[in-house]
Amino acid sequence: MSSPQSPGVRALRPAVQALGRLAVLTVLIPAGVALGVLVVLAAVLWCGLGLFPFALLAVRLVRSAAEAARRAAGHWSQVPVPSPYRPRPALERTLHGWFWTGHDYHRNRRFASMARNLRWIWNDPATWRDNLWAVTDPLVGGGITAAPLLLIGYGLYGLAQPLLPAPGPGYDLLPLDGALAPLPGLALVAGGLALARPALRLHARWTRALLGPTERARLARRVEQLTEIRLDATEAQAAELRRIERDLHDGAQARLVAVSLRLGAVAALVDRDPEQAKRVVTDAQENVTAALQELRDLVRGIHPPVLAERGLAEGVRALALDVPLRVEVRTALPGRAEAPVESAVYFAVSEALTNAVKHGGARCATVELTHAAGLLRAEVSDDGGGGADPGRGSGLRGIQRRLAVFDGTLTLSSPPGGPTRLIMEIPCVLSSPRTSSC
Amino acid sequence: MRVVLAEDLVLLRDGLELLLSAHGHDVVAAVESGPELAAALAEHRPDIAVVDVRLPPTYSDEGLQVALAARRERPGLPVLVLSQHVEQLYARELIADGTGGVGYLLKDRVSKADQFVDAVHTVADGGTVMDPQVISRLLARNAYDQPLALLTPRERDVLAMMAEGRSNAAIAGRLHFSEGAVSKHTSNIFAKLGLGASDDDNRRVLAVLAYLDGTRPA
Repeated sequence: MSSPQSPGVRALRPAVQALGRLAVLTVLIPAGVALGVLVVLAAVLWCGLGLFPFALLAVRLVRSAAEAARRAAGHWSQVPVPSPYRPRPALERTLHGWFWTGHDYHRNRRFASMARNLRWIWNDPATWRDNLWAVTDPLVGGGITAAPLLLIGYGLYGLAQPLLPAPGPGYDLLPLDGALAPLPGLALVAGGLALARPALRLHARWTRALLGPTERARLARRVEQLTEIRLDATEAQAAELRRIERDLHDGAQARLVAVSLRLGAVAALVDRDPEQAKRVVTDAQENVTAALQELRDLVRGIHPPVLAERGLAEGVRALALDVPLRVEVRTALPGRAEAPVESAVYFAVSEALTNAVKHGGARCATVELTHAAGLLRAEVSDDGGGGADPGRGSGLRGIQRRLAVFDGTLTLSSPPGGPTRLIMEIPCVLSSPRTSSC
Repeated sequence: MRVVLAEDLVLLRDGLELLLSAHGHDVVAAVESGPELAAALAEHRPDIAVVDVRLPPTYSDEGLQVALAARRERPGLPVLVLSQHVEQLYARELIADGTGGVGYLLKDRVSKADQFVDAVHTVADGGTVMDPQVISRLLARNAYDQPLALLTPRERDVLAMMAEGRSNAAIAGRLHFSEGAVSKHTSNIFAKLGLGASDDDNRRVLAVLAYLDGTRPA
């Protein structure tokens, strides 16, 4: 091999890298075999002798090995394999000091915990798929990873034939000599290199087939997630309605009552004391003005007027003009999203800018709205002090909740000292293309 | 004065028509939708258009769009825009062409009939009238800006009133100063903000708004 920059070397690099990873996996085959034996042993001990603690230990080992295999498939082959395990049920303590596992009661905490764990592991289909993987992987997975390495090894052995006193097994059947003699060896090495990456991918697929969640498990998880989101959204909505009700009751409604009272007073005063009547009318008018202002603020909190009139991009632009910050708004939206999505993103951006002013002490901020590959993306960055923590602030939690309804995500980067960068992404399609002023 | 009126709520439209007629103006057309407004503006070529931002058929910002389009066609066409809410974004678009003759007021302001009719006159004469809410929000937002921070509270009051389209005499009346004191304040403001002094009321407002908007006039 000549210089490290030569194109030939560069083309070979991925194959060599894959080969290295295959080698690591191959070296680990004995460990896999040991794990498979352990699983079989555990099954025998459990079924034959009832020794379940050993089974629990084996399952724990298999799970960590499976997790490592999932990570390897994700990092090395870009085949992400999500964990399929069900969450561990909580142990509840009754008023009388008993422990409820979700299935039965136990007096002793340790015993209850063990019973709960056994049931949890036994009922999770992922456990059985893990065990199947542990038993079969040394053979199937090991075969896949070892094949390219064996090819290359045998090829190198072929290239070394002239140095050996007698032709080795296999090569003695070929009637090649002279200049043609190294050909079979070279072909095998080349084949091994060419197979390295496909083999690694195939290995990852095999891992996913057994260790990934089944369609059923995936759907079950999704239903759980949706139920949670629905509960969250319903609660948030109910809280919002309560807030509006309270605002109307204490605000506009009370003011109108006051106005009505004053008008009654005017009717009584108008003949007797016109001057006083005039003052009361002015007072009533001020109350009406205040009521209108309160209604305006309320409307702004429910559905901001510019958002209703012009959509997200202009709504955010109007918002940017209202916060005490220098905000640069860049938008590249070829159309309008669904109204609820626009509303969610608007309020998320609003919350982010409010946080930047209130907690971050920022002076400048940038808002960027883009849409690509079916994903509406809003990025808000500011030059404030940073240190925002989604676990602490209820505002960020609120944004997360709003976005979750649409399967949206929130990514926050806010190191102490700043800058803070908030990225919100919502899968959605844009409709009715219109000319957006940028 | 010949007025074209666009407002979709019947009660308010009739009320405005009555109010304007009572003050001796001639409401040549009172319409209720965007397309009708465009047609009426083309047909009557009024001295002023009084327009609600949100109009049918889409109930978006149709009124504003039609008004802006009409002003592009006929620069300086006096337009007084009414709305349930005021937005700096819309205020900016209205004053952007710099030809004056624009007003932007909350609908609530109609209840103070005299002030409203004054505003109609100011706009028809080529002046600029911005709702106090636009001004107060602009001032609140720009509180961190260095040159604005240099203003005394008194000067900020004067600046806000200037932006509402008031003359020195009117400001003096409102703040109980002498007119001389007001003109001293205004020249201080112009000096601190680095704006060339000007006697022209309208250019004064535009300069102030343009400054507050963050785009310093050339």
